Amino acid sequence: MGWEIDPILVTLVLVNLLLLGGSRLVTCIRLVAVQGVLLGILALLVQVGWSPTRAVLLAGGSVLLKGVVFPRLLSRALRGAEIRREMEPYVGYTPSVLLGLAMLALTVWVSSRLTLPLPAASHLLVPVALFTTLTGLFLIVARRKAITQVLGYLVLENGIVTFGIALSHEAPLSVELGVLLDVFVAILVMGIIVHNIREDFDHIDTDRLASLKD
Amino acid sequence: MTLVLLAIGVLVATGVAALPVRCGTRAGTVTAAGAVGAATLVVGPALRAMLGASLPGIKRVWSVPLGTFSLGIDALTGVFLLIIVTIGALGAVYGVPYLTRTAPGRRLGVPWCMYNLLLASMLVVVTARDGVLFLVAWEVMSLASFFLVTFDDRTEEVREAGWTYLLATHIGTAFLLAMFLLIAEGGPLSLEAQVVRPTPLASVAFVLALVGFGTKAGFWPLHVWLPQAHPAAPSHVSAVMSGVMLKMGVYGLLRVLPLLGPPAVWWGWVLVGVGAVSGVGGVLFALAQHDLKRLLAYHSVENLGLIALGLGLGTLGLASNLPVMAALGFAGALLHVVNHAIFKSLLFFGAGAVVAATGTRDLDQLAGLGRRMPVTARTFLVGSAAISGLPPLNGFVSELLIFLAALAGISERTAGVVAPAAAVLAALGLIGGLAAACFAKAYGVSFLGEPRQPLAAHDPAPPMRRVMVLLAALCALIGLGGAWVVPGLTAAVATLVRVPFLELQPVLGGDVGRILAAVGALGAFFWVLVLVLLRLRKAVLGEREVGASPTWDCGYAAPSPRMQYTASSFAQPLVELFRGVLHTHHDVAPPHGIFPRTARLATETPEVVEVGFLRPLFAAIARLAQRLHVLQHGRVQLYVLYLALALLALLVWQLGGGW
Repeated sequence: MGWEIDPILVTLVLVNLLLLGGSRLVTCIRLVAVQGVLLGILALLVQVGWSPTRAVLLAGGSVLLKGVVFPRLLSRALRGAEIRREMEPYVGYTPSVLLGLAMLALTVWVSSRLTLPLPAASHLLVPVALFTTLTGLFLIVARRKAITQVLGYLVLENGIVTFGIALSHEAPLSVELGVLLDVFVAILVMGIIVHNIREDFDHIDTDRLASLKD
Repeated sequence: MTLVLLAIGVLVATGVAALPVRCGTRAGTVTAAGAVGAATLVVGPALRAMLGASLPGIKRVWSVPLGTFSLGIDALTGVFLLIIVTIGALGAVYGVPYLTRTAPGRRLGVPWCMYNLLLASMLVVVTARDGVLFLVAWEVMSLASFFLVTFDDRTEEVREAGWTYLLATHIGTAFLLAMFLLIAEGGPLSLEAQVVRPTPLASVAFVLALVGFGTKAGFWPLHVWLPQAHPAAPSHVSAVMSGVMLKMGVYGLLRVLPLLGPPAVWWGWVLVGVGAVSGVGGVLFALAQHDLKRLLAYHSVENLGLIALGLGLGTLGLASNLPVMAALGFAGALLHVVNHAIFKSLLFFGAGAVVAATGTRDLDQLAGLGRRMPVTARTFLVGSAAISGLPPLNGFVSELLIFLAALAGISERTAGVVAPAAAVLAALGLIGGLAAACFAKAYGVSFLGEPRQPLAAHDPAPPMRRVMVLLAALCALIGLGGAWVVPGLTAAVATLVRVPFLELQPVLGGDVGRILAAVGALGAFFWVLVLVLLRLRKAVLGEREVGASPTWDCGYAAPSPRMQYTASSFAQPLVELFRGVLHTHHDVAPPHGIFPRTARLATETPEVVEVGFLRPLFAAIARLAQRLHVLQHGRVQLYVLYLALALLALLVWQLGGGW
């Protein structure tokens, strides 16, 4: 059934590359939202072993949170902070995309060596999951604004969920819900922190946090 | 074994039950009840194991990697179980009124819970038959005692003592971890005495064990935490820590030594050397102290040194195939473990009574307590005589055994045995004399004479008094009944000497038994003499009036109590004699002129290992660590990058076939 999910996986890869190359924060938020929705559909398609109601509920919840609620929260934080673009990232946009391609190659190599306890639904699933995770990490490392870091965290989370989809055909519902709740709280807290940092310091550049070290 | 498990359960349950209790006295009562209950449960099996009965152990699968939940009791465990529960229960009974008096109105749930946790973890330490379980219990013990040391955490000094202790104990555990990994060869490690695995690395393991367990036992120069932690902790905790917890280091050595295979001769030399240095160093520094509890802490170093001397002779005997010497050495060490637990806790309880009554530990401020605190004074006197190794008390019996071991060694022809045995004899003589001088100082200065300032001290509450009297009675009983007590240790010694129980019985029962019986008889005669003299004094003085008058004052017209000997002045000749070792600081402003106005003298004896070696060492480590500060720059992004790169590198390394 690889043909059903492969287009979605390829779209995920493209979204990741766009995230690496995009400087407009609004676009980035929307891209992450798209990624969340794609993940929901992916979960729906792959988890054949589940009862349909449960799969639909879970996918629906995921889509609702990642596709609607998080973007709303983040957009509001963005509007409050009055910024539009990520200026002066640590790693420029073009190098980011090139590094992204290198990471993609690495993940394909890694997944070719990786032995999995269960056969994945598609041979693309594992590399895409790893690539999404790495993209999230890269965004956290290479960007300056707190809000991009939140996005990086979300993408990292999406990568982990994709990996979960690839591996566990019988992932317990409670675990999935727990992860969702965890991310929800994290986003909420980060939104508030971004807001407060701006209120106090008039910017949300995380590198200025360095002055807080001992 | 079930009873011991039950006792551990009782200790933990009552400790946890005390946590939410708001009233300090009530929290103490709950835990003390638990400790006493646990003691009654454990005493039976402990005694039976000590006398050689084989009790079934417990073995369960444990989800911890390399670990099994394996507990057992043998004769050696029995001896240690006995002192843990006895001193632990007495300490709890003593501690309730003690803390009510010295820390009124404080919430004591947490300290009491930690107290019972300490006892429970020590029970697990001595019964554990698995390396991982042993280390876990060891760490719980160290942490529980850390929280007890920092009981008075509002004082800077106490916090510092706590950190020193925590650092010392963790360094010790690090060595133990390395040692266990080494002798287990990376696999699971059983501590059963039967499993003897001679590894070529046994000597390295021995050194690691000596450092690791020696840190807990307080061997010189690893004793640095002791003189800080004991004064900082409440007195009943000092008693348990000094009387029992230090012995866990000895227990660890005794448990691990058989695992290392047949010992080398130089292990015995090292142990004898460590013992002699600890013994002499401990007592010398004790002599120079004027804080009562700090003095007692240094005496713990001294006594652990004596135990190490016994262990050294025992190991030497094993290595040179002299079973009599080995048996006597180990028996002396074990008996001294028991004896030191009794008289050191007695002395700490006495010191606690003094602190509770006067509010100070400074010997230079104390005098004339004997008339006001008769029970404390008499029990402290018994403890002092016992720790100085004077007959007819228990300290004498164990030191006698170590002497006998050394004499057995000295009659051999090999220089490798004779030289250390002679060194032990010399060290024992020096230590005994200095210890007697030190306790003449500690007892004489604080309890005799007249108070330096008006003093309303009186004996502590009845439970505290009873505990002290009981311990003093135990000192006397073991002193008299050495001929019965020593054969009781035969089974434990047999596991160490690796000789069947029956072969050992004539050794500890025969000639030695006759000597000990003679000691007991002479002791009994001494006590009768004391009783007769007391009765005589009463008969003679009964009718007459007894008054106090000043001593002959060389014509000086206005003597005052402040002109008595102080602890510092009493010890001055000896301290001066050993100033090359002690490096005592004198801060003197001598009197000038015919009518001098002010004069001042203050002495302080700093810990020579700490000041001369450890502080520079740690300063150097701190300087090195400062260089690593570059890595801690505060940039969140780079921190994440470190993580990501490390993970990626691991992933690639693992999948690339680990090249």
